[in-house]
Amino acid sequence: MFYVEHYGVSFNGSIMYKLTIEEQTYTCQPDETVLDTLLREEVNISYACKKGTCHSCMVRSLDTIPPAAAQVGLKNTLKNHQHFLACLCHPEQDMVIKLPDASEFYTEGTVVVNEMLNRNTLLLIIAFKDAFEFNAGQFVNLQRADGLTRSYSIANTPQESNTLEFHIRRLPHGKFSAWLHDDIKVGDTIAVSEARGHCFYLPERREQGILLIGTGTGLAPLAGILTDALAHGHTGDIYLFHGSREVEDLYRIDEMRELAKQHSNFHYVPCLSGSHVPEGFMQGRANDVALATMADLKGWRVFLCGHPDMVNQAKRMTFLKGAASADIYADAFLVTPTG
Amino acid sequence: MTDAQEHEEATMSNTLYDRIGGEAAVNAAVDIFYRKVLNDYRINRFFDNVDMEKQAAKQKAFLTMAFGGPHNYTGEDMRKGHARLVKMGLDNSHFDAVVENLGATLEELNVPQELIAEVVAICETTRNDVLGR
Ligand code: HEM
Repeated sequence: MFYVEHYGVSFNGSIMYKLTIEEQTYTCQPDETVLDTLLREEVNISYACKKGTCHSCMVRSLDTIPPAAAQVGLKNTLKNHQHFLACLCHPEQDMVIKLPDASEFYTEGTVVVNEMLNRNTLLLIIAFKDAFEFNAGQFVNLQRADGLTRSYSIANTPQESNTLEFHIRRLPHGKFSAWLHDDIKVGDTIAVSEARGHCFYLPERREQGILLIGTGTGLAPLAGILTDALAHGHTGDIYLFHGSREVEDLYRIDEMRELAKQHSNFHYVPCLSGSHVPEGFMQGRANDVALATMADLKGWRVFLCGHPDMVNQAKRMTFLKGAASADIYADAFLVTPTG
Repeated sequence: MTDAQEHEEATMSNTLYDRIGGEAAVNAAVDIFYRKVLNDYRINRFFDNVDMEKQAAKQKAFLTMAFGGPHNYTGEDMRKGHARLVKMGLDNSHFDAVVENLGATLEELNVPQELIAEVVAICETTRNDVLGR
């Protein structure tokens, strides 16, 4: 008996697959998971439990669909974008992989609209030469020439030409938001990262109810998701609860009311937590009003955006009202007060 | 198929985890169980300030273990994982409440009593580690 060591085949005959990360290629030995290979090769990757529980080692396949076993327990939107857990992945073919902390690719865009949506929120529209790939509801990082970077949610849908729309609230002592508000003009260029995040609409189960709860500029991703769902002919009821303290801090009120007139399945509920509540608005915080309004969320899809405390509380409350944990979407990035 | 193989297959599909329904059972149980826990005033304070999403994955790890499924948690892992809770006062009464919620979840899913008893027995084997004794 003799062995021929053929490229890609180990001594015992099992096939070895190549893992490519940026310019580097690594060989996944038989029985190794992707995480095992990367750790053996001393690639800098975060990980913890190695059991598929903690999701620390989540990476993304850029070419092939990952093995189903490596996507167990991930949200549909993450699966859809070919994210997988390196610790559970025994490759079935060669893979090109992107690590979460890989250096980001920035594209230059040009500001084409900058105008106020209300007393403290700026509408910024940035245009690109080529189509920008994203799902409505995702976010990008915007970067200033000196490297200062902040995350902002995209408010439009990919169908609308090569532009991205953002809603930017001026934050007290916020260096970046002050720069966008005070210095940026139409015609200026801004560096924009690739789109990230798993809080977006997937055109499946169109009869499913959708609950959107947002505070302040949390409306931005929700507006994108709403437009996307309606464009895909979503037939289930869609409720949007948008909240702030005072009516002057809400925006797009007339547009949302108009949309609700056009689509009988869309219901818009503007909420005010302050003491002055004009006719046509609900008194209370958006999440409280939403939970008091919705009798049962069993089978509903839920999207939450805004203040982290609101998001955390609403995650738990909508779950207790019956929404499945896999159907509750919220973006992980925090609105830092220094933004 | 040889007798030996047949025998092996029979034993393999005879583990509690397989009889209860494996991963599909874990997925069916996880939301029901976690909703019960969060609604249970006796124990829900231990679950404050834990991120819902991460918690769902941890609950799956818990259920897989309780159903006798494949996991690599050691007794030491269980001690470390719950040490923070022991500091908060975790004791027998809370342990019993968790097991009670698990039993009620399985009853709701029409799992036969004999299998529930086996699940409870597996949980028992972790009691001292979970309670840090
Ligand atoms: C019945 C026996 C029990 C078993 C087998 C068990 C098992 C587990 C497992 C496997 C994890 C995940 C660890 C990780 O990978 O991070 C976990 C976490 C956790 N368990 Fe248990 N557990 C038990 C009892 C309890 C009890 C009685 C409580 C409290 C009333 C509890 C509260 C928690 C909490 C809060 C976490 C999350 C800890 C954190 O994220 O900091 N467990 N448990």
